[in-house]
Order: sequence, then structure tokens, then C-alpha cells
Amino acid sequence: MIENTKYTNKYNFAFIDEATKKEIRRKLLKAVAIPGHQVPYSSPEMPISRGWGTGGLHITLAVIGKEDVFKIIDQGSDASVNACNLREFVNGMTGCKTTFDTAEATLIQTRHRITEEELTDKQIIVFQVPLPEPLRMVERYEYKTLQMHAEADYAKMYVSLYESYVRHGAIMQGAGYPVMVNGRYIMSPSPIPRWDTPNLNQAQTLFLFGAGREKRLYAVPPFTDVEPLEFEDVNFEIEDFSKSECYKTGYKKAFLDEIYSDEGERKFVISDSNFLDKKSEKQETHQYSNKYIDQLQEYGL
Amino acid sequence: MAFNEDNWLLRVRNLTKIYGEPNDRTLDLTGPEFGSNICPETESIVACADISFDLYPGEVLGIVGESGSGKSTVVKMLYFDLEKTYGSAWLKPYNDGLLDILEESNQRKRYIRNTLMGMVYQNPRDGLNFGFSSGGNIAEKLIMAGQMNVASIRERASDLLNKTEVPVQRMDNRPGTFSGGMQQRVQISKAIANNPPLLFLDEVTTGLDVSVQAKVLDLIRELQTDLGIAMIVVSHDLSVIRMLTDRVMVMKNGRIVESGLTDQILQDPQHEYSQLLVSSLL
Repeated sequence: MIENTKYTNKYNFAFIDEATKKEIRRKLLKAVAIPGHQVPYSSPEMPISRGWGTGGLHITLAVIGKEDVFKIIDQGSDASVNACNLREFVNGMTGCKTTFDTAEATLIQTRHRITEEELTDKQIIVFQVPLPEPLRMVERYEYKTLQMHAEADYAKMYVSLYESYVRHGAIMQGAGYPVMVNGRYIMSPSPIPRWDTPNLNQAQTLFLFGAGREKRLYAVPPFTDVEPLEFEDVNFEIEDFSKSECYKTGYKKAFLDEIYSDEGERKFVISDSNFLDKKSEKQETHQYSNKYIDQLQEYGL
Repeated sequence: MAFNEDNWLLRVRNLTKIYGEPNDRTLDLTGPEFGSNICPETESIVACADISFDLYPGEVLGIVGESGSGKSTVVKMLYFDLEKTYGSAWLKPYNDGLLDILEESNQRKRYIRNTLMGMVYQNPRDGLNFGFSSGGNIAEKLIMAGQMNVASIRERASDLLNKTEVPVQRMDNRPGTFSGGMQQRVQISKAIANNPPLLFLDEVTTGLDVSVQAKVLDLIRELQTDLGIAMIVVSHDLSVIRMLTDRVMVMKNGRIVESGLTDQILQDPQHEYSQLLVSSLL
């Protein structure tokens, strides 16, 4: 755990004013009450540019308390520039402890990944969402997507999956695979890889999603059904890493990043940096398990 | 099948569409006798008024009239593209014709539209999504009706394209790469994908060249005899009406001025506007 060093009380606790916090918290309650439904909210601008995690930051700052232990990851990494800057900002504005350890954190902000370790009911994970509207790729008009959500008119979404299957022989949506939440709303799970998508289903953790540009937030409460969209005969599949393994640990059963060495050699490494550290040190970890991982039998685990 | 008056498929009563704010006298001050759709007192526009008719299963009804006479408006209201101002419509296969379909919720309307009706627009861009392949367009209609199996969707789509003489190997191409006649045939495949009992055709051959027109009309007539679909054909072209329809309604300034059997109206028009239409036929 990293002790607070930069706390300043020149600003209100957690930077944003109490009225904004109240607004965001009220909208979060609404989002939790209607799983998968996008709730518009209002807030002043953040001291970072849009597209750098303002939506996630709005939610983080509205829910964080003095006792929280904060972790932030960017595509699995604790050490990316974006993650470091936001960690420093939250730390400086709240005085909260921050950590790299997934198990120790109580509030996690993330960009494009769910942690490899299974989160508990004591933790909240906040996603930075670039494009909250899953129907945007089939319908460009906002008033029509609103109507489609209101009437659960999702045929076009399935047609886009059909088109992808016809054109490529498989559903090619790599990240942000659309999911049906609680049997009612289609939701974009922010661009997390397909590997992470099944972990939203019936999880113990509260998942909060914030899109700062569109000023929308939505949520998946604990123990909610989250089903990837699929056809009877064309099914959702997760990434298959059975032919590759992490070059540092030899581990296969995790989401792997493809990297190239200076010599042009193709290698894979565990994407979640904290998980990689724990695996390297042979520490005990508790991973998510789901039927899609079980289906990939080739893992010699 | 013996004719039975209670055997109607679609019953429409007093269907009216007014744009703007009408007053009590709006309907009395517009119509063919005034030669205008625009109310002189309120400047509201009466697109169509007091349209009532029954359509029987397997019957083809024509609506003919000049541009702006309100014929497309009637069909668009029945297909829920436009909101009605007044009026009611009942469809036999939906709840045995007991509920006014124009008063249903949007979800129910979408269900009716996707399972019990089909629509072919004049412009294929209105009926087809040009971002999807032609197979995908047909799939959309099938998925809306609850079909969730890709293999059977593709089988049904290729059947339909076969039936409408679109080369099946072009199923995965976008309609934008097709000729106008082919786009129109894809649109027809989409409209009949769920075997609806009722099909609306809104100026389907306008804008196609004459030989392609003949092919599309042939196709529609074949489908009608094969599948026994009831149709409402909107056209300003009397030769289309003569070729396809059993019965015809002549519209002018938003009102029906004359209706009856097609042959009868074309041979012996009673209303002066119908006479004008028939005499202007080349």
C-alpha cells in the first residue's frame, strides 16, 4: 500500500463539489435500479481531457470515501501514464490510500479490462466508457436508439452480428461485445475483451460504467444476468490462448497481450500487471471461472 | 370460397390525417368540391379524410389518384409509419379483429407490422437498410418475428430470393450494388418474409423502366396467385391498377370520390375526376 503524500485541502474532498456528488450518486442509484439502462447525468468538467477517463473519474470521485483503498488500471496495467496520473490526482484530492494489489483495493477504476482475480462483494469496479451506446453502430440517430431501448427493439443489433458472421465466418466484435442485461437492456460493457465479458454475469461485485463525453452512466448490480448476444447456432466465444502462453510465467489461463521484442519476436504476456506480478512470485490467486474458459479444454491446468 | 361479408381481413373506418390545427369546419371546407386540401380558416392540411373500406382475404384493392391526393398517407397510417388523426382499423388475424390496431402500443404495433403486414415502398431506401446485405435485410424481418437460428434464416432468405428471381449468390451483397429492379425485388422478398396475410405496395413500379416494371408486376401477380396475399396497391398509373387489382378506390383532395370493381370503373367511370383519369390513359 502506498501512503498518502500529496494530499491538499485546497479543494473540496474528492475535488468535485457536494452538489455534483449528490447528482451523480442519485443517478447511480437509478442506474443500479435499472440494470443496463443508460442514465444521463450532469457535472462540471474535470481537470483532464474528455476521452482520458472523465466518466470513470466522475463516478470514482462521487463514491470514494476516506477509508477507501484505490486502485486504477489501464488495459490491465497499473503503471501506464494514464493510470499513474489519475492515481496521483485521486490520491492528492482525497488522501485515500492507493494500491496495486487487486485483493487489497476497495474501489477500482479501470479502462478496458476487468481484473484477472475475482472481485468480491466488498469491492466496486468503475469502468471508463468511450462509447456508451451499443446501438450506435446500427443506428446513428439518438432519438431512435432511445426509442429502440425503450421498446426493446433489438433486431438490428442481431442483424449486425449476422452480417459479421456472414462476412467473416465468425462474430468479429473483439472488445465491447454487446450483452443483454437482466433480459431487458442491451449494454455495451465498455471495450473489455470478450475474455472478460462472461465475468459480468452473476458476479458478486457492483460494476459501474461512466462515459464522460456523453455524460451517461449505467450499472450492473451484483447477481444480475448478463448474457452475450448470440444465435442458437452461432455462439459467443472468448479469445483462445491455448496456442500461446505468457513468456514470463508460462501461464495460459489469463488474458494475454501480444507484444513484439526489439528483434521482432512475437511474444505474449499476461495483460493484468498485478496478476502477472503475483504469478511471477507464485502467490495464491483466486481467478474468475466461467463456462467459456471451461470449454477451452486445451489448457493443461 | 363463397363471399361472406363478415369474412373481412382489414376493416378501416373514418381514417383521417390532418396536419396543423383543424377547427370544426375544416372537414366541411376541404375536399374535391372545393378543389383543395387546405382549410381556408385554419390553414391546416387535410391529407385524407373519412376513408372507410373493407378488404377481404386474398383480394387486391387499388388506390388511385393524383399526387397529393392522400393515397400514400392512407397506407402509411395503416402500416404505422404515420400517426392517424382520427379513425380506426381492425385486422382479423390480430386478436380476431376485436382490437383497434391504430390504438395499440408501439410494441404491439411493431409486432403486427412484422408478422401480419408487409410493405413495399416506392424508394427501396425506405424499405431496405443499405448498410446490411440483402440477406441481412431479410434476416432483420425474420429476427423481429423471433427467428434466432442463422442456418434457417439463411435457408429462408435464399428461398425468398429464389422466389423473387434475385440471384441467390448475391445474397451477401449490399442492395446498393444492385440495379433498381433487383432492389425492388429484394424489398418484396423482405416484405413477404414472414408470410403476412396483408401486403402494401406504394408506387412500387414508379421510377423503373418499362421492361423492368413489367417484370416486377408479373412477380407481384404471381406471388398473389401463389400465396393468396391480400394487397393494397397505391399507384397513379392506371395500367398498374388494371393489371393487379380487383377493386379500386379513386381519391382526390384527400377523399374517396368513387370506388368499385376495377373493370367497372375503368370502363364506366361515374365521377368527373375518374372520367378525367380514364380519358387521360394513353
